[in-house]
Amino acid sequence: MKIIVCIKQVPDAKDVRLDPKTNTMAREGVASIMNPFDRHALEEGVRLKEQHGGTVTVVSMGPPQAEAVLRDAVACGADEAVLVSDRAFAGADTWATTYTLAKAIEKNGPFDLIICGKQAIDGDTAQVGPGLAKRLNIPYVSYVRKITAFENGFLSLHRLMDDGYDEVEIPLPGLLTVVKEINEPRVPSLKGKMKAKSLSINTLNAEDIGADANSIGLPGSTTQVVKVFAPVFKGERTMLEGTVDEQVEQLVNKLEPYL
Amino acid sequence: MLRIDIEACIGCGVCEEVCTFEAIEVVDGVAVVNEKCTLCGSCVDSCETGAISIETKEKTVQADLGDWSGIMIYAEFRHGKLAPVSFELLGIGRELADQQQVPLSAILLGSGMDGVARELVSYGADIVYQVDAPALELFTDEMYGNILEDVIREHKPEVVLAGATAIGRSFIPLVATALATGLTADCTQLAIRPEDGVLLQTRPAFGGNIMATIECPYTRPQMATVRPRVMKTAAPDPDRKGEIINYQPKAERLQSRVRVLRNVLEEQDQVNITEGDIIVAGGRGLDNEKGFALIKQLADAVGGAVGASRAAVDSAWIAYPHQVGQTGKTVNPKLYIACGISGAIQHVVGMQSSETIVAINKDPHAPIFDVATYGIVGDLFEVVPKLIEKIRERRG
Repeated sequence: MKIIVCIKQVPDAKDVRLDPKTNTMAREGVASIMNPFDRHALEEGVRLKEQHGGTVTVVSMGPPQAEAVLRDAVACGADEAVLVSDRAFAGADTWATTYTLAKAIEKNGPFDLIICGKQAIDGDTAQVGPGLAKRLNIPYVSYVRKITAFENGFLSLHRLMDDGYDEVEIPLPGLLTVVKEINEPRVPSLKGKMKAKSLSINTLNAEDIGADANSIGLPGSTTQVVKVFAPVFKGERTMLEGTVDEQVEQLVNKLEPYL
Repeated sequence: MLRIDIEACIGCGVCEEVCTFEAIEVVDGVAVVNEKCTLCGSCVDSCETGAISIETKEKTVQADLGDWSGIMIYAEFRHGKLAPVSFELLGIGRELADQQQVPLSAILLGSGMDGVARELVSYGADIVYQVDAPALELFTDEMYGNILEDVIREHKPEVVLAGATAIGRSFIPLVATALATGLTADCTQLAIRPEDGVLLQTRPAFGGNIMATIECPYTRPQMATVRPRVMKTAAPDPDRKGEIINYQPKAERLQSRVRVLRNVLEEQDQVNITEGDIIVAGGRGLDNEKGFALIKQLADAVGGAVGASRAAVDSAWIAYPHQVGQTGKTVNPKLYIACGISGAIQHVVGMQSSETIVAINKDPHAPIFDVATYGIVGDLFEVVPKLIEKIRERRG
């Protein structure tokens, strides 16, 4: 099975803050990490390879420093790495991103399965997986939490729904997006780390993938961010005063309508 | 591409300070951009001499942009009933349609839906396009996506909204990609700019730490998924008039390469903290599972459901379906009592729209007090038992 896993380098979202005065993002102490959902996608790809044979190629679109997450992925069991990088890709929304990734994946050659994390923790859109499948005209299943079988070219899966799960079958080639419950990702092996260190990463730019200049980056995007701001809360708080008994008494009086 | 006017640049370094991506630095007194630039625009806004700009090509606007009119919502129907978010979409959809003076339509897909279209009309839809077919009994991205795509192409609504549910977030991206238009996920605020009819789509990003407003100016329809339990449902009017149209999909559009064998309902999802009027939630301040039992007692005393912060769920004091926040559930009960919850942004985004919020925390600087209606600074192990006692007295 020839497996492609799409990974993204993201800022660790829990540390990202907007300075309310300057309205800019504070970068201090914010680490760049592999998107956590993508780590589960990678693990599932490596497990499938171990069970059924084949290769795992990790693909990332991003600036040159995204090479770090590709090497991390190789240390965790991927065989090859492709970095899709060009300043012209900057400012891409999910529409321009799926175009770019589809072009790069087509350039990379035939595949059986693409696995993505369900969403990236910076944008939280969950749109790249399904959009990429449409671009490549392959079927997809979102929110996969378990792969139960691979027979006759079909993968049997459990897809997480709001009220339980669906049992589904998808023919290959196809695309999956996975949730965290699907597996427990492994830590890099020593052998993997050695391999990651020496691996040469195949870097593709806009010209290499034959991208149309009007379909990539900011010019190729259908949406644009017009404003970013720190969340505002209503906060008309009344702090209760006095002894604990007095405070509790006041609170119960205030809450009378609900009790 | 980012353009720096070297005549205007004074080398002050403010851009270097504000760049999140270390993509710009001052070299020999002039700002220089490198390949790490993501065109986020922070430096453009920060530059006092106006030396930095984002070079954009003249955008091609979709030729028939003006022909697109009306608001359309996708009404999610599953297991014999409409998902609650469908009514919320009709609420916000009605507001937008009235403002634009255009019709509000709903598309309803499923099997065995007698009287459901009528219900959508009573909640605000002017037109309902429905496909009631056995093939649509179980959800498949391709069938649902194909039909929605075809109805949109035929009727050209300027705005299409769907719930940001497992179903909506799975197949709406397929439709947007097929229509070559923009899609904004998980919106919490929507408004239409009267001058040009552009939908202003506001949503949280970076785990709720940042809000972003997004536009889709050049293509139609403007598509968004909307976070459940954020928009208000309009009051139903059983006498409201509307048109119900049975849409006939082409046979080849009722095909799916993915086969759905069956749906399994899970018991854990019976814990529905999103529907009650009162939620009592606990966090890290409870110290341990035993401490968390106090939350259950208070919830019993007030007749409410039990909620939890991510910290409490991660510590395995309570199961995930009780989690409130960006990675859990969004709730808006009448009363939310937060005990020992610091109020990390990722929690607050999930409960801030509650009518009355009570915060009990020993740290007077805990951010939870910023969203609270009433705050008590104190040891919850002292406060909560007294509160339980007093409430029991009141309720007899």
